[in-house]
Amino acid sequence: MKLNRIIKTIFLLEFVKGLNIAIKEIFKPKKTINYPFEKGKISPRFRGEHALRRYPNGEERCIACKLCEAVCPAQAITIESKPMVDGSRKTTRYDIDMLKCIYCGLCEESCPVDAIVQGPNFEFATETREELYYNKEKLLENGDRWEQILAENIKADSPYR
Amino acid sequence: MNYLFILFNEIYKILFLLIPILVSVALIVWFDRRVWAFVQKRRGPNVVGPFGLFQTVADALKYIFKEIIIPASANKIIFILAPIVTMTLALIAWAVIPFSEKLVLSNINVGILYLFAISSLGVYGIIMGGWASNSKYPFLGSIRSAAQMVSYEVSIGIIIVNVLLCVGSLNLKDIVLAQKNIWFIIPLFPMFVIFFISALAETNRPPFDLPEAESELVAGYQTEYSGMMYAMFWLGEYANILLMCAMGSILFLGGWLSPINLYPFNLLPSPLWMILKILLLFFLFALVKAIVPRYRFDQLMRLGWKVFLPVSLIWVILTASYLYYFEMLPNST
Repeated sequence: MKLNRIIKTIFLLEFVKGLNIAIKEIFKPKKTINYPFEKGKISPRFRGEHALRRYPNGEERCIACKLCEAVCPAQAITIESKPMVDGSRKTTRYDIDMLKCIYCGLCEESCPVDAIVQGPNFEFATETREELYYNKEKLLENGDRWEQILAENIKADSPYR
Repeated sequence: MNYLFILFNEIYKILFLLIPILVSVALIVWFDRRVWAFVQKRRGPNVVGPFGLFQTVADALKYIFKEIIIPASANKIIFILAPIVTMTLALIAWAVIPFSEKLVLSNINVGILYLFAISSLGVYGIIMGGWASNSKYPFLGSIRSAAQMVSYEVSIGIIIVNVLLCVGSLNLKDIVLAQKNIWFIIPLFPMFVIFFISALAETNRPPFDLPEAESELVAGYQTEYSGMMYAMFWLGEYANILLMCAMGSILFLGGWLSPINLYPFNLLPSPLWMILKILLLFFLFALVKAIVPRYRFDQLMRLGWKVFLPVSLIWVILTASYLYYFEMLPNST
């Protein structure tokens, strides 16, 4: 027992074994993906960049109930609203401070008309702070761009809501 | 006019040595990260340039454009001087490294002593950096580093004595030429192993990276450094590692000599053999980084003083008595 250990220590047997394993591992296939060129699969529930959706006829979904503003734990959402000519209530201002946002998904959860949603996009890094103060135009534009995927995701997740 | 010519000639020669070394340091950082990643089944840097070869250039550019922050309570002059010292010492040692029979900047007779002296001075950059930062972690890191480098230098010195006994000259060229028949790695294999491990400790590589142990000391002596000053520490460290690999290949692997003096092997130019040997040693360095956990400080000291020092001393006596008994001592006639 003791002699065995001494031999192991003197001849660095375990170290050599380790080197052997390391060299073998080099030739094994990689476990990581080649990120910027291939991307991992994300769940339909993924909470990424925000978007404001429209109805198919082009009308904004948001009814300015301000539930998302109330529920937001980081107080990142600011909403102002006024009644429209047709009697409906719409937002005049819908700002999200993406730097404050903690991506908890409570706004999406609280929205009664599925207007504010979090899409699959997580690559919206910018070079200045100001670009991350999203306003209504930016959010609606996001909604228009991602609408197809957003609708699919909401449909896929609906049985569990 | 004549003096000017000599001056320009020397500068040209120095640049001819310096630029390839800086480029190879950049490549070796990439190689190190790549090997490390491959052992862990990751991909490593592979985006910038072919196979990610220019990753280090991109990193260096990033460091150049970053702000240099000097702590308010730091000793400014020494704080700025420390990375410069590290980098300079790592580069000037290359002056005596022979890449072939003729390709050496200055072929001095005490080459190995010069190398040893310069690599001993390397610890000053770290101590200066740690002390001048005037904060806890850098200070502790530099104390550790000083203790570690001093103790392992002793055993490296004695290992070099082993080689010198077989050569009979301090000239690096003579050391390589003495290995024409047999590389010293074969008769002195245990010394090569101890040299390799001591070189790991000397260059603060894992498992002996205690001066910069992330889990305890944030980044050790580099904690307060930023921007280009940090990059200089980092490049100096890799230049030192490369230097240790070059030293190992000169002392034990026969420098620029080809393994067998036969047709297909001696066709390759000799600097290429030198580079291949340095790369092989560096590959080992990189592999070791990927597979070993960090030593505890008392274990490190015990290994240095209680194991490596006695073993290498005994080996000196064995080598000397063997050479004396069989009358193989060089220059004995």
